Amino acid sequence: MTSTTPAAEQADRTSAAPPILEVKNLVKHYPLTGGGVIRRRVGDVHAVCDISFSLRPGETLGLVGESGCGKSTTGKTILQLTPPTSGEVNFQGENLAGKTRKQLRRVRRNLQVVFQDPYASLNPRMPVSDIVAEPLIIHGLFRNQGKERVRDLLTVVGLNPEHGNRYAHEFSGGQRQRIGIARALALKPKVLVLDEPVSALDVSIQAGVVNLLEELQKRLGLAYLFIAHDLSVVRHICDRVAVMYLGKIVETGTRDQIYERASHPYTQALLSAVPIPDPKLERQRRRIVLEGDVPSPVNPPSGCRFRTRCWKAQDICAEQEPALVDRGQGHPVACHFAEPRSLL
Amino acid sequence: MATIEQRAPAATGARAGPVLEVRDLTVEFPTDDGMVHAVRGVSFALEPGDVLGIVGESGSGKSVTSLAIMGLLPRSARVHGEVSFRGRNLLRLNEKELTRVRGRQIAMIFQDPMTSLNPVYTVGWQLQEAILAHQDIPKEQAWQRAVELLDLVGIPNAMERATGYPHEFSGGMRQRAVIAMAMTNDPDIIIADEPTTALDVTVQAQVLDTLERVQENTSAAIILITHDLGVVAGMADEVLVMYAGKPVEIGPTDGIYYDPRMPYTLGLLGSLPRLDAKGAEPLTPIRGAPPSLINLPPGCPFSPRCPMSRPHCDAEEPSLRPVAGLNHVAACHYAEELAGDVRADEVFETTEADLRALEELGQLGTLEEAEPAEQERERA
Repeated sequence: MTSTTPAAEQADRTSAAPPILEVKNLVKHYPLTGGGVIRRRVGDVHAVCDISFSLRPGETLGLVGESGCGKSTTGKTILQLTPPTSGEVNFQGENLAGKTRKQLRRVRRNLQVVFQDPYASLNPRMPVSDIVAEPLIIHGLFRNQGKERVRDLLTVVGLNPEHGNRYAHEFSGGQRQRIGIARALALKPKVLVLDEPVSALDVSIQAGVVNLLEELQKRLGLAYLFIAHDLSVVRHICDRVAVMYLGKIVETGTRDQIYERASHPYTQALLSAVPIPDPKLERQRRRIVLEGDVPSPVNPPSGCRFRTRCWKAQDICAEQEPALVDRGQGHPVACHFAEPRSLL
Repeated sequence: MATIEQRAPAATGARAGPVLEVRDLTVEFPTDDGMVHAVRGVSFALEPGDVLGIVGESGSGKSVTSLAIMGLLPRSARVHGEVSFRGRNLLRLNEKELTRVRGRQIAMIFQDPMTSLNPVYTVGWQLQEAILAHQDIPKEQAWQRAVELLDLVGIPNAMERATGYPHEFSGGMRQRAVIAMAMTNDPDIIIADEPTTALDVTVQAQVLDTLERVQENTSAAIILITHDLGVVAGMADEVLVMYAGKPVEIGPTDGIYYDPRMPYTLGLLGSLPRLDAKGAEPLTPIRGAPPSLINLPPGCPFSPRCPMSRPHCDAEEPSLRPVAGLNHVAACHYAEELAGDVRADEVFETTEADLRALEELGQLGTLEEAEPAEQERERA
């Protein structure tokens, strides 16, 4: 890699370290019940189907895809907010699947989450200093200079600690998201799962939160699992990227591999569809317009799940599911006809 | 007030004159807290066949402007100014006269396609109704036209699909059906209010593709309202940037993007992460929040968030004025200071975390020291 950006250097530095979070063959099916009085199980929503990836200390892994691809379910399953159907979630060498609430509490000191909606994820009846203090209280750590910690945490994320006795509704969207970040940082975690942390914010506000997350990572050595649908934000903040489609990872690699040598047709279509705020460039670009819609996850297509919308699809795509392996592109791609293409 | 008319001849050459002219449009809503000045003087001219992009963040008044043009605001709204369409001031028309203009000469596409379609009628029927409302033609012919339009906007098997209900359409197809409906009577103007905002990128690509096809196949001028500067970049001929109910910069697209002369536009462009950037460039957040539109202080509404702000900015609100050497107008007392290749991160602060506080937090001792307390609690 010729890139010498700080993020790339950081990625190189951390690549030798063992992964702090490792997801192996994770599957999550939600039962689908009939509408009658007796709720009979009529099928399964295949939300996440056999995905594996790892996250190393200090790095940011972007999980991107469109709505319904299973990226948020993946996040929730990692946090054990919903139990996985099968598969392993190894955090610092321990498998979290099947652990009791009490065992999980200890783990969650190092594994925290920031949710998308800053309006729904903060208790409207609690002053923000109590919201930020709550994790410390739950873990019995508030006695140890808890008040000072809360004040400092609020200052760290760019809020005025004097406003600690205000309620969430008195803050703007961007400020609320900062409160959520302060709460997640309270226990000094090692990994943050960020589930669409900036997509509800206006761009000028979003930029501030993105910068804050980057600076915190640099200072505190946090690892981020960054779940998002906005490919521009992901390019800005992530070291490595995994692209999801209908519950599967279709392509994964370093940021430059994905953005400069995208090899899966779906990744290519996604990248070509993102508008760039540059009039001359944008007028020249050609969009790959996909036909139709994402198929239902209740009854996913046989073979390659993308074949129903793919312009390269042939008979083999319906018969044989392409494995996520390196096919000579330098990074794993799940496509029988993978071919790198530059779209920028 | 320096309006866009001053530079219109230079920008567009000899043309038949604008199809729509908005002059000093203001919209106010009385509320319990006081008067909300949602739109505070918008003026622009739309040339036939052109695409005008109106960009701004939530609450900047861009949607209210479009609703005012269409006469769709609630009765409580106080609308002043002039919206001149083919020599008639739309703000003076009564409901009956407006109905003849709406849908026929000026059509509108809303953000949420599910709420613009009626769930209990087939899509074809709704298109047919839109045609029959303004044209005196046999039903069969209207149906034929409906199918043609669905085909034009890229709906596969249009003949069959026309008999389907909105819920049988995917999000992208619904929005395309709404676009087809806007085209039914070959309008002079189509106003698209955030047409792709609720959609995924691949679906957004389908809709933008359709809008481009509309642009090629009709002579309609398009007003594209969006918060996404990327969407506007590829489509618009002209861009109007709104802030706190007022246009702060108007001009040809390239000029606005490559040579912004209002700090807000510069900051907005700098705050966007770009797909084609390596990721090393810092983003420039704009500190603070847009002002409340109830009690606007005198002076420039952007001044509290502006890194270039000076005492004069708080005393007098700048009006739109031509920018030297450029073909556009900007509302900033110090627009000239942004001449040349000024980068957003040279003007705006980019650090976010309070590093001193972070250090203090570190000095408070590690959380591990408190471990016994936790064990104690668990025993209890």
